[in-house]
Amino acid sequence: MTPDREVAIVAFAQTDHLRTTDEFSEVEMVMPVLHEVLRQTGLKTSDIGFTCSGSSDYLAGRAFSFTMALDGVGAWPPISESHVEMDGAWALYEAWVKLLTGEADTALVYAYGKSSPGSVRDVLTRQLDPYYLAPLWPDSVALAALQAQALIDAGHTDEPALATIATRSREDASANPHAQLPGARPQGEYIVGPLRTGDCPPVGDGAAAVILAVGDKARELCDRPAWIRGMDHRIEPHALGVRDLTDSPSTRLAAERAGAFERPVDTAELHAPFSSQEVVLRRALDLDDRVRVNPSGGALAANPMMAAGLVRLGEAAARIHRGASDRALAHATSGPCLQQNLVAVLEGENRA
Amino acid sequence: MPKEPVAVVGIGQTKHVAARHDVSIAGLVREAALRALEDAELTWADIDAVVIGKAPDFFEGVMMPELYLADALGAVGKPMLRVHTAGSVGGSTALVAANLVAARVHRTVLTLAFEKQSESNAMWGLSLPVPFQQPLLAGAGGFFAPHVRAYMRRTGAPDTVGSLVAYKDRRNALKNPYAHLHEHDITLEKVQASPMLWDPIRYSETCPSSDGACAMVLTDRAGAERSPRPPAWVHGGAMRSEPTLFAGKDFVSPQAGKDCAADVYRQAGVTDPRREIDAVEMYVPFSWYEPMWLENLGFAEEGEGWKLTEAGVTELDGDLPVNPSGGVLSTNPIGASGMIRFAEAALQVRGQAGEHQVDGARRALGHAYGGGAQFFSMWLVGDRPPAG
Repeated sequence: MTPDREVAIVAFAQTDHLRTTDEFSEVEMVMPVLHEVLRQTGLKTSDIGFTCSGSSDYLAGRAFSFTMALDGVGAWPPISESHVEMDGAWALYEAWVKLLTGEADTALVYAYGKSSPGSVRDVLTRQLDPYYLAPLWPDSVALAALQAQALIDAGHTDEPALATIATRSREDASANPHAQLPGARPQGEYIVGPLRTGDCPPVGDGAAAVILAVGDKARELCDRPAWIRGMDHRIEPHALGVRDLTDSPSTRLAAERAGAFERPVDTAELHAPFSSQEVVLRRALDLDDRVRVNPSGGALAANPMMAAGLVRLGEAAARIHRGASDRALAHATSGPCLQQNLVAVLEGENRA
Repeated sequence: MPKEPVAVVGIGQTKHVAARHDVSIAGLVREAALRALEDAELTWADIDAVVIGKAPDFFEGVMMPELYLADALGAVGKPMLRVHTAGSVGGSTALVAANLVAARVHRTVLTLAFEKQSESNAMWGLSLPVPFQQPLLAGAGGFFAPHVRAYMRRTGAPDTVGSLVAYKDRRNALKNPYAHLHEHDITLEKVQASPMLWDPIRYSETCPSSDGACAMVLTDRAGAERSPRPPAWVHGGAMRSEPTLFAGKDFVSPQAGKDCAADVYRQAGVTDPRREIDAVEMYVPFSWYEPMWLENLGFAEEGEGWKLTEAGVTELDGDLPVNPSGGVLSTNPIGASGMIRFAEAALQVRGQAGEHQVDGARRALGHAYGGGAQFFSMWLVGDRPPAG
């Protein structure tokens, strides 16, 4: 859909994504990125019209884990605030809707996740159907491997092509000071065939924050705002047996609703934690070799749970801020094998 | 362009009970959703998006259950958002759904909140020790009891007020077929003789643990025109949050609650809530929170809330009925409790509240709070479309 009110991403910050952060609490991980986006815009917490965050109690290992992160925001005097138990990309979506209602002119969005205290492969099994699937503990890599094998069987890719995606992503990440796995590295052994170490994302901790603003406010806060031209998200059935794992109709529909196919994009930041998922997404989004895919290195170079989707939106916006992109697509995913997908189209105004 | 007016045209609840062994989580939510669709005389195909809320995933042991529930809620191929703002989540979820309509992103939205507490034990789910943080001790009661005590000390309220609230809400619940607790033999003496749990909170002054779900269909002006039954119109809605722990926090009457109510009244053009609001569905998990919130929400001066309760003003036939449905004290599927407050407020102004209907209710307030009394969400609904 084309919104009535112009909304842009005007600032973005992320942590260095690390394998372990035993020395930081979640609050200590979030605070530097909050301070950084406020510094970029010159805004204070009390200037922000709406705040929304994304996180997961299951990663923290306790109920209401997000309540303490809120203390780090400095919510005093009280603020207008909400939280989604989803990737921060969906928190950004909720904030975007809030700005479209006219009830706020600026929004702060943040997301964080620490995967290091537990085994994320085991933890993610808990998001499966609790009666039929979760008791079998099928882990996230095994499920992604099913998808990868289905793609190979369908002739959409092969193992050398997956290795190329993995290599390209890590090489691109060399220019990203926040990446967890920068620089080329060997594909390694099979973790779950046909996926090798190189086809899988690193497990890590990290946080990200963005600031949104409307119209002239955005122009005031940022030299070249990344205007959100459209944004949509769609979900598919949960059970893997009723989905065609080689396709992503929800991504295609979300992209269509976001206006992604109206004109070509020059950049795409795709939330594809596994190399094979980039194959699925490229097909769903009709991306050809002219589009720069994941110049940040993508989720293969840094995949902080609950923040990785928001990082895609932030990286795409930052490229527009820098003048490296004029029209970018950003994508976020949730659930096993790309069950739920969000697509946003961001544009920079041509400077006179 | 001004916001699109938002109307509630469908409401559905499950019969709340301690344990629904006969349905899965998916079966439970679908029951409420189907009732809301039936009330609106709509089908799954009429729904553009689904917004779902619940309290912590630990209560059922399912991480991000919206993924698994997409099929049961007809969300496949649609947008689905999952809200989690602790105990206020049922209200926040409805507000996020309302914003989708108000912003004209979608025209008709299904919103639903649930908790199936029998799948685990909520009290201990809330009691995990966390390093360097104030422990909740034994569930929420241990956290809130000192704040009730502070209210009594500050206002000089007699220690009989809490039992009056519990006695009233449990009697109101007898008129609500969906309420969990139907204590037909309830007496004030029985409430007062119940065991002390967290002094001054007695057993009969606490909420039960319930399985249940609540759903609403929200739509735009055009959708409301097609509604088979009178819609409830959203005149104002807001959320406010403040930190859990800091030196300046007033746990008896948090600033976030006052600010949230003030914002809602401003949007709705209410200047004298005590006179202009006909019914209140207030989040009262422990009976003493009725007088406390009466003050926090501006229905009484500071220190005076308990006097309204004691004088019977908040009774079903009083001039400011509070929790005609029986409230959280009679029904508490935690994640759904806030949405039930919002939905019951809407039922009142639609004239659809059955035996617990407040005569001539034209404006009603739905209220929810959560966390360490730090998250607030409220809406004010009316029987007429908002002005403008």
